[in-house]
Amino acid sequence: MSTEVAESKAAAVVVKESEPLFSKKNRKLLQNPLDGDNPITVQVLGICSALAVTVQVKPAIVMSLGVIFVTAFSSLFISLIRNTIPSRIRIIVQLSIVAMWVIIVDQVLKAYAYDVSKQLSTYVGLIITNCIVMGRLEAFAMGNKPWPSFLDGIGNGLGYGVILVIVAFFRELFGSGSVMGFKIFEAVGINYQGNGLMMLPAGACVIIGLIIWAQRARNGYSEEH
Amino acid sequence: MENLINIGIKSIFIENMIFAYFLGMCSYLAVSKNVKTAFGLGMAVTFVLATTIPLNYLVLNYILKPGALAWLSPSLADIDLSFLTFILFIAVIAAFVQLTEMAVEKFSPALYSALGIFLPLIAVNCSILGGALFMSGRPYTLAESTVYGVGSGIGWLLAVVALAAIRERLKYSNVPKPLKGLGITFIIVGLMSLGFLSFMGFSL
Repeated sequence: MSTEVAESKAAAVVVKESEPLFSKKNRKLLQNPLDGDNPITVQVLGICSALAVTVQVKPAIVMSLGVIFVTAFSSLFISLIRNTIPSRIRIIVQLSIVAMWVIIVDQVLKAYAYDVSKQLSTYVGLIITNCIVMGRLEAFAMGNKPWPSFLDGIGNGLGYGVILVIVAFFRELFGSGSVMGFKIFEAVGINYQGNGLMMLPAGACVIIGLIIWAQRARNGYSEEH
Repeated sequence: MENLINIGIKSIFIENMIFAYFLGMCSYLAVSKNVKTAFGLGMAVTFVLATTIPLNYLVLNYILKPGALAWLSPSLADIDLSFLTFILFIAVIAAFVQLTEMAVEKFSPALYSALGIFLPLIAVNCSILGGALFMSGRPYTLAESTVYGVGSGIGWLLAVVALAAIRERLKYSNVPKPLKGLGITFIIVGLMSLGFLSFMGFSL
């Protein structure tokens, strides 16, 4: 993980201001987190909410949107003031900026999507301590210009969202036999008894383990121990 | 008294931070490679949870709740600051962690060098903020929330030491190559959480 962070850091330092907005390097910032540098399966960040909010697809999508928004704008703001933050109190500074964006997300959800906000409950607040946000602030935004940091935030939010939706899809499909609330098994005429294991967080753990297995088998990457 | 014991047992086993809510997973997976560091971080998390939850309880009841400012002057009784909950909770936690770090550094350099890297990380351990937010949603008193904090900390400690012990043994087993490391750890955590589900049968 650390080598990858170092690599992405090195890649970003080279980004020049005169480059077009979506130069090759900037596009890489968006694409890498989707697979090879995925925040959940490779960097092991932001696991808690990935396990907790993925019982159904809909809250998973809402949660991913919230995380993309918070990561992108926190990275942007921290990157703007990165040269004035004293290093000894930087965690408090970072946390208060992240908390500000999370409060905005929380209030908007409560106002316009009350059901989903009730379902996500504490986990919206926990975006503050979602390691993806803090991890990207520390590893990327503190050392890079605002625009690449913003893209890096969006990319990592998307990478998180992809895994979240995949996990939620399998959990909802096998747990309650539906996708986005639509009863798939009933529609094709199969009488499906929901699998209670998938509704528990334990099911999510096993599914993420299997996703990691599949991804690493495909990419040919393995850990020594 | 019986009530306090119930809350304690409940927060250690039935509502275990890791196995029931999956809070604090990132550092949980990162430090569970050997028992010694796992125990060190577990102790630190327990200490921070046991102190920040009562602190946040006071913040909640004397600053944030609707009408909580009435002790300052009656004219402030209809102020509702609950939208500031997240930012004040995290500020209390971050400030407290920073203070603890400085105090440990000054008074016990040995402990500091053992915990050094982990201490600042605790501020962003979701189980700390999660514990505070769960506490704010329940009708606990000050004593009950202290017990809840200690209990959740011990639950976390138990979980991390258990996983570390399993992972130390795992080195000698023949796991399929791409599943090694992270993948198999996730599956083990899932199975352990299934085991802890059996505690749900107890009603307290």
